[in-house]
Amino acid sequence: MMAIRSGLKYTKTHEWVEFTDEKTAKIGLTDFAQKALGDLVFVNLPEAGNAITAGESFADVESVKAVSDVYSPVTGTIESVNEDLLDAPENINSAPYDSWFIVVGDITDKVELLDAAEYEKLCAEEA
Amino acid sequence: MDLKTALYDWHVAGGGKMVPFAGYLLPVQYETGIIAEHMAVRTKAGLFDVSHMGEVLYEGKDALVNLNRLLTNDFSNMVCGQVRYSLMCNEQGGVVDDLIVYKYSDVKYMVVVNAANRAKDVRWMQAHAFGEVDIRDISDDMSQIALQGPLSTEILKKITDEQSIPKKYYYFNGDAKIRDVNCIISYTGYTGEVGYEIYMPSQDAPAIWELLLEAGKDLGLLPCGLGARDTLRLEASMPLYGHELDEDITPFEAGLHFAVKMEKDDFLGKSALERLGPPKRKRVGLTITGRGIVREHTALYVGTQPVGITTSGTYLPYLGKAVAMALIDNDFAEINTTVEADVRGRRITAEVTALPFYKIKR
Repeated sequence: MMAIRSGLKYTKTHEWVEFTDEKTAKIGLTDFAQKALGDLVFVNLPEAGNAITAGESFADVESVKAVSDVYSPVTGTIESVNEDLLDAPENINSAPYDSWFIVVGDITDKVELLDAAEYEKLCAEEA
Repeated sequence: MDLKTALYDWHVAGGGKMVPFAGYLLPVQYETGIIAEHMAVRTKAGLFDVSHMGEVLYEGKDALVNLNRLLTNDFSNMVCGQVRYSLMCNEQGGVVDDLIVYKYSDVKYMVVVNAANRAKDVRWMQAHAFGEVDIRDISDDMSQIALQGPLSTEILKKITDEQSIPKKYYYFNGDAKIRDVNCIISYTGYTGEVGYEIYMPSQDAPAIWELLLEAGKDLGLLPCGLGARDTLRLEASMPLYGHELDEDITPFEAGLHFAVKMEKDDFLGKSALERLGPPKRKRVGLTITGRGIVREHTALYVGTQPVGITTSGTYLPYLGKAVAMALIDNDFAEINTTVEADVRGRRITAEVTALPFYKIKR
């Protein structure tokens, strides 16, 4: 039932990372995360130009029931922000792997990342 | 150890996301999600397992005087088959619980209480009982299913006869029959819509649940969880015990004057409420005008001055906006007053708004 996209990297906190080159990555929330959170109704995003740190919260998402942090898998500088999510947070529920939050450049560090097979195993354990 | 309702197996098989609530395992939502479930109740119909609610019988010739002494509302002019909302207060005027009273006859009433308060309530009721009255907690043998939404009556008509269905809001039929099951059908609810609460012996609950789902299948009826129950009651601006009500909040602060009859003979909490005088804070609605969601127990400010606290808050799926209910100092409770909520260190602006947020014509 749960979708995992091959070719992406994943965090243990359920973010996906797509490296477009060695120093640049797109970041979003996984299908497992959106299912666990339920219907999302609000997103709080950072601004382009902000510095972010691997392992620290850079955004939050709110469902009807609760607010949850979104953690950065990398240290770097935010190059762009997907502001479409502000008006359509439900896109994270319907298309989690197309609903990127931010693009980060100048990456200097990252948390431990899992490949698709490892992430699938983690999800199976947590389900 | 969490209890299971008679419908537990159905919930699990039906994709319910089960969570512990008031000592029971209940679905917070099904696969459809809170928003779809909420919208089904506003536009079509939804079905809720509310078997966790507590039912207490008052029987005997002193049943009425006991209720009138224990509770804030006046039950002396009720007719048989009528339902009435009330608070139960402590000696300080705080609220022990909010509940509804069903009148069967002059010597028989049923009181429906919140699940989380059931044990405390029954102890309180028994401790204050006098004269000829038998107080009995029958919750363990009873299940309750709530059918709510504009198509509820149409759905109910498919599985029961016309006479079994009460016609007026806050009335019930204690001799209703669904197929060959004896049940209570009550024109009440906790969603702000037309709807019914159906009480039946627990052994019959799975069959009635399935029958209702089948009858509503083509009309858009969805099973709904506790998540939608909470957003629906908030949209309808109904108080929830532990949020808008507790032992340190008086009924007047909560704006429930209609359920407190100060002119009747003595009742528990009356002298405290008289002594306290008009409340210094009141329950209001807040429309969130800033970006974000303001949830319960969030501090409110005007400038640097603390002016109150939110009691519930989320995004309302039908009205499509974030709101909260709050207890605010009278000086800042005027409609259109702007306040700020401190959400995780960030200030979000909100405007005092009239309650209810949502109301249908009855």
